[in-house]
Amino acid sequence: MKNNYIYIAVMAGVSFLIRVLPLTVIRKQIKSRFLRSFLFYVPYVTLAVMTFPAIITASAHPVSGAVALVAGIILAWLGGGLFPVAILCSVTVFVIDALL
Amino acid sequence: MQEITRSDNRHVFAQGARDGIPIGLGYFAVAFSLGISAKAAGLDPLQAFLASLLTIASAGEYAAFTLIAAGASYLEMAAVIFITNCRYILMSCAMSQRLDPATSTGHRVGMGAFITDEIFGASISREGYLVPAYTYGLASTSVLPWALGTMFGVIAGNILPSSVVTALSVSIFGMFIAIIVPPSKKDPVVLFTVLISFLLSWLSGKLPLLSSVSEGTRIMILTVIIASAAAALFPVKEVADEE
Repeated sequence: MKNNYIYIAVMAGVSFLIRVLPLTVIRKQIKSRFLRSFLFYVPYVTLAVMTFPAIITASAHPVSGAVALVAGIILAWLGGGLFPVAILCSVTVFVIDALL
Repeated sequence: MQEITRSDNRHVFAQGARDGIPIGLGYFAVAFSLGISAKAAGLDPLQAFLASLLTIASAGEYAAFTLIAAGASYLEMAAVIFITNCRYILMSCAMSQRLDPATSTGHRVGMGAFITDEIFGASISREGYLVPAYTYGLASTSVLPWALGTMFGVIAGNILPSSVVTALSVSIFGMFIAIIVPPSKKDPVVLFTVLISFLLSWLSGKLPLLSSVSEGTRIMILTVIIASAAAALFPVKEVADEE
């Protein structure tokens, strides 16, 4: 059995270094175009991979997760922020799961 | 360059604190659903509070709790936190380009420690050199709700009916969607990359080799492959400062 506090220390330590090191060490722009491009795409790829198909398996019925995904994308496309989109996805799953 | 007085700093901090309130409200709700994952991973309320207070990362924490649930190694935890929080490297780099070169190391550490998608986005949306006090103000009203939300998620995950817990657990994905859609709308290459990511993520769950590794590792492998391919095929001209 692993220790949760060590897990938390690793989580905190690595996140802290990631956030703080570039800001303190790099005082010029990164030269490598590939590296800059890679870093540019990383967040979107990671979040996309984590979202799908997980959103469909997280709900009681795959249909409700799929509808929540589409509804969330539409609202975000129309300019909805973090909070409204998160709430819409939750409500969508709640309502559709209740109906099915 | 204008001189920043102590009262200016207090004013800017107050502005940041005010702007942080809507961020904090959103964080509380999303963190609540994160707390449900934390509970599933076997964390108690104090551990969940500490994990969120010290990590402040939605996607990273979600992946981390998945790993804890699976009893992964500490090295795997470090690798997954690194890869899921990779975007903070970019944000930290972007911030470094917007600081007064004379900014002390202490303030660089302080500002960096609070980088999240929203705090970064709000900080960088101001004109001119970034003022540390503004970022601290943002953090002052948003980070604690994030940690408390996770803690209450662990505590109240029990009390709420399972249909509500399921619905809330989906809100974290709603947040991810809200982060990836706006840049996809602006940049067709990002949109294409996101769609490819959806497709490969779905396929990788079916492939014999990839489906046998843990979820966190799969996320890491896919991210490196897809982001590298995108970087090689569609190198960006100028890394945008704004999120």
